[in-house]
Amino acid sequence: MIELDRVAYSYGGGELFSDVSLNLAPGSFQFLTGPSGAGKTTLLKLCYGELRATSGHVRLFGQNAREMGRDEVALARRKIGVVHQDCQFLDHLPVAENIALPLTVAGRAQEAGDYLEDLLRWVGLAHQAGQLPPELSGGERQRAALARAVIISPDVIIADEPTGNIDWEMSQRLLRLLIELNKMGKAVLIATHDMNLIRTAKTQVQSRVLRLNNRRLQAAGVDL
Amino acid sequence: MITAFGRFIAMLAGDPLPDRSVPPTGYTARLTLFTSGAMAFLAMFALALSLATGRLADRWSAELARTSTLRISAPADQLDAQQAAAIKLLETTPGVASARALSTEEQQELLEPWFGPDIPIASLPIPRLIEIIEEGEGYDPTGLRARLQAEVPGAILDDHTRWREPLIDAASRLRLLAVTAILLIVAAMGAMITLAAQAALSANAQVIRVMRLVGARDLYIAGAFVRRFTIRAFAGAAAGSIVGMLAVLLLPSTEVAGGFLTGLGFQGAGWFAPLCIPVLAAVVAFFATRAAALRTLRTQS
Repeated sequence: MIELDRVAYSYGGGELFSDVSLNLAPGSFQFLTGPSGAGKTTLLKLCYGELRATSGHVRLFGQNAREMGRDEVALARRKIGVVHQDCQFLDHLPVAENIALPLTVAGRAQEAGDYLEDLLRWVGLAHQAGQLPPELSGGERQRAALARAVIISPDVIIADEPTGNIDWEMSQRLLRLLIELNKMGKAVLIATHDMNLIRTAKTQVQSRVLRLNNRRLQAAGVDL
Repeated sequence: MITAFGRFIAMLAGDPLPDRSVPPTGYTARLTLFTSGAMAFLAMFALALSLATGRLADRWSAELARTSTLRISAPADQLDAQQAAAIKLLETTPGVASARALSTEEQQELLEPWFGPDIPIASLPIPRLIEIIEEGEGYDPTGLRARLQAEVPGAILDDHTRWREPLIDAASRLRLLAVTAILLIVAAMGAMITLAAQAALSANAQVIRVMRLVGARDLYIAGAFVRRFTIRAFAGAAAGSIVGMLAVLLLPSTEVAGGFLTGLGFQGAGWFAPLCIPVLAAVVAFFATRAAALRTLRTQS
């Protein structure tokens, strides 16, 4: 669904990484680790078309990302649920409307209905549905971001440090949700520093750990 | 053009959900309302001037075209005879409805503005004036002049052409000026709304980024701004038009001011013309915001 083939990305005159190949195939579950500043977030942005590779090929659902227009990228993003590190909400809209935003922009707002209520309950935000994002705690924002990422039932889920601001119990719930979605055939890619999350996941799902370090992406061992 | 108009109507009647994606307040909202209101107010006067000058040109043209003056300059002992001959000739001229010699009092009235009320008109060698009212297609001036030359040698026919043409020309130029003013007002409003839309887009860069991340297409994002600016421009222009119409209504009446300004205003079906101004403002806002939004979104990709 999403393929990176010998991709390089340069920024500010320096090469952030090169020769990176990655395949987010249906049903795959992958973790992306590496030191801060290695380029994990940038690599994720290449995967959902927010950035364009300096060299190499990125294919989004069979299309060459370099040749895709803005509207084609927008349509591709409707198949990708992204949990951003900084959540990225519209601060003037209530939480419920923020979560339903992917359906709204796709012209499917009427589909939200009961599903939105179930989702809000599941992420523990049923009572915060009418609040504005700035009124939420860090953990609540992270859960809302996850709910927004999955509401449109995307083919690929990309999460950037999704457990950074949530407690252990919630991170386990989040992981269970991602595993459930993965079992439904969704591809999952999680960038994280949370080794406990990776270890727990590996006991529950067939997953692959990749490490971005020294400008290269390599498979990491289970011991990490 | 039909497609663009269709989009305009669909946008106005369409889904307000995109609107909510953009924060509802901001100085661009007030700027758009004020600009549209002020421009509509000015456009109202330009429109009133345009309609008034149009009417003036028509009136002058009609009034002067339907009347002529015959001036008889002859020795005092021949004046009465030549006047009688001229009237007799005119009464038998096709296209002449009536011919009437102006009385001494009427001539005195004509001269009074220049020479005062005490002018001794009887002792002055003033020519006799005959007012001619035309009918139907009017008379043949060349034929009439030829007959007058033969039968009333002291008569000079003035068909008002040399008065009429400069007056109509002046009124037409005034109307052109008013129409130019309306076009400039529309262009200025379009430019200001474009700037306001660009400012709104820049101020909402983060909103645009989030909408893009969740899969919004350019037209969807632009629609949020376009619909809002179009409605604001319409509302502002409607308010400005109402104030402008009241101001035109309150212009001094003929009795108070006199002169040209008394004709400034709307008459009859002309009162419907101001209704076009808010619609025109909305159309201008739609296209100006749409172009600005799509251009800005292209550069922000």
